Amino acid sequence: MSAPGQASAPEPRVTVDEIALSAELAGGDARPASAEIAEYALWLGDDALILAQQLSAWISRAPELEEDVALGNIALDLLGHARSLLHYAGAWDGRSEDDLAYWRDEPEFRSAWLFEQPNGDFAQTIARQLAASVYWFELYSRLQDSADPTLAAVSAKAVKEVEYHRDHAVQWTLRLAGGTDESRRRMLRAVADVWPYVGELFRDEPLTDALAGGGVAVRPSALREPFDAVIAAVFAEAGIETPTAFASAGGGRRGSHAAPLGFILAEMQVLARAHPGATW
Amino acid sequence: MSAPGGSDRETWPLFEVFVRAARGLSHVHAGSLHAPDAEMALRNARDLYTRRGEGTSVWVVPADAITTSDPDAKGAFFESPAGKNYRHARYYTASEGVPHL
Repeated sequence: MSAPGQASAPEPRVTVDEIALSAELAGGDARPASAEIAEYALWLGDDALILAQQLSAWISRAPELEEDVALGNIALDLLGHARSLLHYAGAWDGRSEDDLAYWRDEPEFRSAWLFEQPNGDFAQTIARQLAASVYWFELYSRLQDSADPTLAAVSAKAVKEVEYHRDHAVQWTLRLAGGTDESRRRMLRAVADVWPYVGELFRDEPLTDALAGGGVAVRPSALREPFDAVIAAVFAEAGIETPTAFASAGGGRRGSHAAPLGFILAEMQVLARAHPGATW
Repeated sequence: MSAPGGSDRETWPLFEVFVRAARGLSHVHAGSLHAPDAEMALRNARDLYTRRGEGTSVWVVPADAITTSDPDAKGAFFESPAGKNYRHARYYTASEGVPHL
């Protein structure tokens, strides 16, 4: 298909080989300056990878074809963030992004629990998207000024993408909450189901404390207030009360995970493990 | 129109999408899509029709807001100008040094 108004322009050649793909990685081929920075990149990369994998499961199952494409696009954006971050994390000890994605087991994953929560119905996915994209927007807006040039470059690219993801989630939250009785019932239930996992995102860890001191990382607790302000405005418009009752223990940053992650990893890793080194 | 969610078989309304590829060009019809409302149609259009960097501006129009010419009345509607060469400004000599005539 040619672009409108550019009928004579040649299509850019799209090749899916390793050389063409590595040019897409934000941040290039730098190596982290310390094991701590590599670990931080791993945390952020795992968050993005797990949600990318989860959202991909919507393809062919969304309420309409158009929404299939929207969720697929978001999943691919997140996979791009994951690739850049895991590529960078792996450069510390010579592991590739594929080594990290396919050959680690559950306790080695550092993703927060929010991202492994099930897709559920469409409202549940939107509630999870809302929390995730508002959090990421606040994180990457600040991390683009990181003292680490690779994290800054990846964040500068990611922030524009998650701004769109945030808009998508906000629009759907308003429509589901203000739609029919059924859509409102589902949206309220979804927010109640997802919100216990929000707190973990803003928990400071010794690693983030150490890196935030040097201007490399963003202190998670510093993101809580701007996150709450955005969510409060959305929920006010949607007529949703912010749940406060209960916060999950979490523990993803230490490799402690709830049941869903095992199934997500099994599906994500089975092909790579059945055919090591396969390319297609 | 029935209330949203009133039927399992309902689909979203149809929108026509117009994309402008670059400054100075017109918006060109790119295709159509379904969306629950105009705001979401714009976002769907962004995902469906500008994913390879095709656009700088997008319009969406509810398909039922577009009035079209009747395909069965093509003859009466479009063939009348045939043979009326005086409508084409072909009989003038172009002045020298005037570009783009």
